[in-house]
Amino acid sequence: MSENSSTRHIWIVFWILLILTTVEVLLGIYKPSFMLVNYILGVTFLNMTFIILTIIKAYYIVGAFMHLSHEVKLLKMFIVLPMLVLIPYLLFILLVEASFHGAIG
Amino acid sequence: MSDTVVHKNIWGGGIRPLFASYGKLMMWFFLMTDALTFSAFLGAYGFQRFVHADAWPIADHVFTHFPFMHGEYPMLFVALMTFILIMSSVTMVLAVHHGHKMNKKGVVLWLGLTIIGGLVFLGSQAWEWSHFIHGTYEGALLGADGSIAHLANGSVDQIMRHGKLITGQNALDFIASATEIQGANLINNEYGHPLFADFFFFITGFHGLHVFSGVVLLIIIFINVLRGTYEKRGHYEMVEKVGLYWHFVDLVWVFVFTFFYLV
Repeated sequence: MSENSSTRHIWIVFWILLILTTVEVLLGIYKPSFMLVNYILGVTFLNMTFIILTIIKAYYIVGAFMHLSHEVKLLKMFIVLPMLVLIPYLLFILLVEASFHGAIG
Repeated sequence: MSDTVVHKNIWGGGIRPLFASYGKLMMWFFLMTDALTFSAFLGAYGFQRFVHADAWPIADHVFTHFPFMHGEYPMLFVALMTFILIMSSVTMVLAVHHGHKMNKKGVVLWLGLTIIGGLVFLGSQAWEWSHFIHGTYEGALLGADGSIAHLANGSVDQIMRHGKLITGQNALDFIASATEIQGANLINNEYGHPLFADFFFFITGFHGLHVFSGVVLLIIIFINVLRGTYEKRGHYEMVEKVGLYWHFVDLVWVFVFTFFYLV
């Protein structure tokens, strides 16, 4: 990548992050009612939107800013796989236990 | 040495099989474990929130202040904090970028701006904490059963508790047994369940500690850049390694922002 195009790439990622954050903040302030009544996987459509937008932001921060998408494949696996396996596992255990408290689901 | 020999001995020592230096690799592994720590904290937060769903405060009703402005502006201040941290992440990438080009002036400029961004963020967090600790002017009533209620409709015999209006003798009994509290600390929280305050102080505090140590690291390498340490060394990899840590701090904040303020 030439000098100019890599600087341009950094600013493009900045604008993506800024726009996604603005969308999140606007949704958080106005809370459209149709997004609150519909549920996906036991979560409101609104909260699911927040979570998906957050994961997209995380992808851009780790991939572009932390430069992980330019590392070799094995290093990517070393970093991403433990998180991809352990975090959903942890959340699954915690939230299933919370449901035994009668609090959810 | 031919390509096949290199490939055969890639794990045999003498070269870097992952094409990343030891220091950079260890920074990645540290950050990966730190991400697991934070996900455990946020997972525990989610668990307790589900268990105490009825008494859990809505962040929009708690963090409504903006400096130098009267009235209620939910989300606005924390959106500004998020913007500051994303901005400081961009200046950090640009510092690393100028480091690759061995451009000392560029590194000094962008690294300096990153440090300022970090300090502004820490100041904002102190402001947010201080408002949360002092609480609202009216405060709240803490019932003998540990529940939180507010006087409703400007009267002295109607209370609002967990979103339900209570009137008459029930309300008077509650008020008689209740104590007045103001603000939030580790024991009481005028906005709702005390665990909300505990998690808020713990998670944003732990993140703030990361920001603080990040700023300290940035200042150390900033001094080294000024003294020409990396110029003499022939590369600015130290800027890159601290940069990784700094982006991680931004990454964690993105998740804290979502799960504390939005969801």
